[in-house]
Amino acid sequence: MKFLISRYNPDIDNKPHMQEYEVEVSRGMMLRDALLDIKRQDESFSFRHSCGEGVCGSDGVNVNGTNKLACITPISELKEPIEVRPFPGRPIIRDLVVDMTQFIQQYKSVQPWLVREDPMPEQEIRQSPEDRDKLDGLYECILCGCCSTSCPSFWWNPEKFHGPQALLTAWRFLADSRDQATDTRLDALEGPYKLFRCHTIMNCVEVCPKGLNPTKAIGNIKNLMLKNAI
Amino acid sequence: MALTKRRFDALIIGAGGAGLNTAIQLANTGARVAVVSKVFPTRSHTVAAQGGVNAALANVMPDNWHWHMFDTVKGSDYLGDQDAIEFMCREAIPTVYELEHNGVPFSRLDNGKIYQRAFGGQSQNFGGAQAARTCAAADRTGHAILHALYQQNVRARTHFFDEYFAIDLIRDDEGAILGALVLEIETGEPLLIEAKSTVLATGGCGQVFRTTSNAHINTGDGMAMALRAGVPLMDMEFFQFHPTGLAGKGMLITEGVRGEGGYLVNKDGERFMERYAPNAKDLASRDVVSRSIMTEIQEGRGCGPNNDHVLLKVDHLGEALINKRLPGIRETGKIFAGVDAAREPLPVFPTAHYVMGGIPTDRYGRALAPEGTGEEVVLGLYAAGECACVSVHGANRLGGNSLLDILVFGRAAGLNVLEHLEQHHRPMNQASVDQAMERLGRWDQKGEGVGVRELRDEFRKTMEDHAGVFRTEEIMLEGVEKLKSLRDQLPDVRLQDHSKVFNTARIEALELENLIDCGMAIAFSALNRKESRGAHSRPDYPSRDDVNWMRHSLYSRKDDSMDFKPVTTKPLSVETFPPKERVY
Repeated sequence: MKFLISRYNPDIDNKPHMQEYEVEVSRGMMLRDALLDIKRQDESFSFRHSCGEGVCGSDGVNVNGTNKLACITPISELKEPIEVRPFPGRPIIRDLVVDMTQFIQQYKSVQPWLVREDPMPEQEIRQSPEDRDKLDGLYECILCGCCSTSCPSFWWNPEKFHGPQALLTAWRFLADSRDQATDTRLDALEGPYKLFRCHTIMNCVEVCPKGLNPTKAIGNIKNLMLKNAI
Repeated sequence: MALTKRRFDALIIGAGGAGLNTAIQLANTGARVAVVSKVFPTRSHTVAAQGGVNAALANVMPDNWHWHMFDTVKGSDYLGDQDAIEFMCREAIPTVYELEHNGVPFSRLDNGKIYQRAFGGQSQNFGGAQAARTCAAADRTGHAILHALYQQNVRARTHFFDEYFAIDLIRDDEGAILGALVLEIETGEPLLIEAKSTVLATGGCGQVFRTTSNAHINTGDGMAMALRAGVPLMDMEFFQFHPTGLAGKGMLITEGVRGEGGYLVNKDGERFMERYAPNAKDLASRDVVSRSIMTEIQEGRGCGPNNDHVLLKVDHLGEALINKRLPGIRETGKIFAGVDAAREPLPVFPTAHYVMGGIPTDRYGRALAPEGTGEEVVLGLYAAGECACVSVHGANRLGGNSLLDILVFGRAAGLNVLEHLEQHHRPMNQASVDQAMERLGRWDQKGEGVGVRELRDEFRKTMEDHAGVFRTEEIMLEGVEKLKSLRDQLPDVRLQDHSKVFNTARIEALELENLIDCGMAIAFSALNRKESRGAHSRPDYPSRDDVNWMRHSLYSRKDDSMDFKPVTTKPLSVETFPPKERVY
C-alpha cells in the first residue's frame, strides 16, 4: 500500500516535503504498525509513540486530513494513498514531531488540579456515584492534542484561546463535587478569548479518539457562568 | 563546547507514578526538584495500569492490612521481604486516601466511599474467603492516578525536563552518585544535572520480550544505568507473564475482568481453572493462571484454528456492568481483536508484563550494593517503582500491588531524600562524566554495520524463546549462548542517521544497550536458580527448595557474576509467616 509521509529534518531541509513509501499491509494492522515499518525502511524517520493501545496519547498525527491516534487507527479504514502529516498549526520539530508547548501551557493555565479549601478528612472525601458519574467523559482525556490542533479558533489564537482540551479539563474540575474553586475557575475564564473563542465548529468532537465531547463541556461552562451570574 | 550544567537538590529520572509521587513530596516543601523523562510525563506507562491499587480500606467487606500482608507474602512464594511487605501494606491505606485527596476520580460505592473490587490472590482472614481490596477508577486506574499526580506537580511547580533521555549516572571519587548526564531529545544536546540525591524511577523492561503488554518506552533504562554504575540487579529471573494478554497482540486485559466475574474457558468450553485452583479458580495468583493456560494449550485444549489461545468469557456480566466497570477493555477488544466483550469471549494468551526484580533498595528507597559480607547504601542513589526491588513482590507480584508499590515507595524515597537536603554538592569524578559522554559519542561512529532494529528483534525473540514461562536447563543454556553472541555484536552496530534534532534512531540505539543489559540479567539469574518458585518455573526442578533457594539473586554486569543475599523473614511488628505449600 502506498503511503505519503511528511518529512522534515531541520539539519538538511528548508521546508517539509512528502515522501512516498510502500508498506505491505496485513490484517488488523494499525497505522502505527505501518509507521514502524517505514521506520524499519528508513531509520531517519521520526515520530512519537509508546503504549500502542490508545492510552498514552503520544502518537497523534494528521491522516488524510484528519487528526487521529496512529495506534488505534486501522489501516483498513483509510483510503490509499495514505497521507500522514504532523498536527496542523503547530511548529514542526522534525517529520511528524511537533512542538506542543503552547497546548500544554493552555492545559496548565486552567489550574488542572483539585482545589480543596476544607481540611482534608482522615479518610476519602465522600462522593456519591451520581456525582462521580459526572466526571465520565471528562477525566479520560489523554492529552494527545488531536482536538485542539484541529480547532480553527486554536489555530488563530493559540496563545489566547484555551482550546478544547484545556476547556474540557476546566469543566472536569468544575464538575467535580469535591472541588471548591468554582468561582475562581469561572472568573479566570472571563474575557473574549479564553473560553468565548469557541465557535462550536465541533472539529474537536469529531476527532477525539476517546469519544469525548469538549464542545459540550464548553457549553456546560457557559451555562454555569450564566447561572452564577443570575 | 563546554558541557552545560544545572544544579538541583534532587534529580528524579522517570515521571511515572513512582517518580511523580517522589517529586510531589519534595516540591511541596519547596525543594528544587528536577524530573527528567524521555516522554511527556502523562505518556509514562503507569497510564496503562487498568485494574487498581490494593489497600485494606474495608469499604466493601471486612479487611485489614495484616491479611493483605499475608496474601502478598504468600503471593511472593515466600521470597518477598516481610519487613518491606508489612510496611507497604500498612502504608497502603493512607497512601490511597492521599491519592483521593489529590483528585483521583475513583469509582464510588453507594455510601460515597471508594469502590473496591476483587483481584487475584486476595483473601480475608489469612487464606479464607475472597477479599475485595483493589481500589479502582473503572478500568483506567493508572491513567487516573498518573494524571492527578502530574497535575499536583504542576501546582507545586516541579521542574520538568520533558523529553530528555538519561545516559548514565555520575559519581564522585568515592562512588557516591551525584546526578546524571542526560540528552535533550529535541536538540540532541547533552546536559549535566547535578543533584544531592538521584532517584531512579524508570519503570520496567518488558520490551526485552517480543510479546509484551509493556510500552515501547519500557526498556529498563534505570536498571541498566545502575548495572553500569556497579550496582547489581536483584531477583531478575522473576518476570511476570500476565495470563490475559490479547492473543497474538499482547495488549493487557485486566485481571479486573475476572475480579468482576469473568472466567477462562478452553476449547471444550470447560472452566479449566477449577481443576488447577479449586478454591480461587480464575482468581488464583498470576503465575498459577499463566501456567495453567500454557498447560491447556500444550495438551491440545487451546481454542481457535491453531489451538493457540484460550477464551476469557465476559458477556454473561451484562452490557451495563461492562460499560460501568470495564469500558476500557471493551474498547480494546473491539479495536484490536474485533471482538465485543459484551457479546463474545476475548481470545487471550499470557504476555510478558512485569519484572519483579530490579535495583535492590531498602524500604526508604535507598539503593543497596554488596560490601564485604553484607551490603551498604549507595550514597546519593535511590530507586522506586518497577525498576526497584525492595523486595515486596518476591517471586510473583499480586495484581493491584504494582500501583501500590510505586506510590508507597515513591513517597518513602521522597521523604528520605528530604532528610538529606542539608548536605552540599560535591565535586564530580571527571572519569565518570567522560564515560557517560563516551556512551553517547559512540553512536556518532559512521560506516556499515549491524542495524539497531535487526539486533533488537533478534534479541527480543531469543528472550521469548529461551526465558519464557517454562524454563529448562537445556533451553536456557542455549539461550544464554545466543544472547551472549548477540551482545558481542553490539560494538558493530552502527547508526546511519547522525542528525541531532529529535533523532529517535539514536534513542533506540541507547535503549537497545539498556535492553541487552537487562535481558542478560534475566537470563543469567534464571539459569542459575535451580528450583521452581513463583513466576520462575523449571520443569527440570519442579519443586520449591526452601533449604537452598530461599534467597535473593544478585546479578552483576562485571563477568555476569551471581551473588546472593538472604530473604528478610522478620516483619516489623508482627509474627513471621513461615513458608507453606502454596495452594489457591
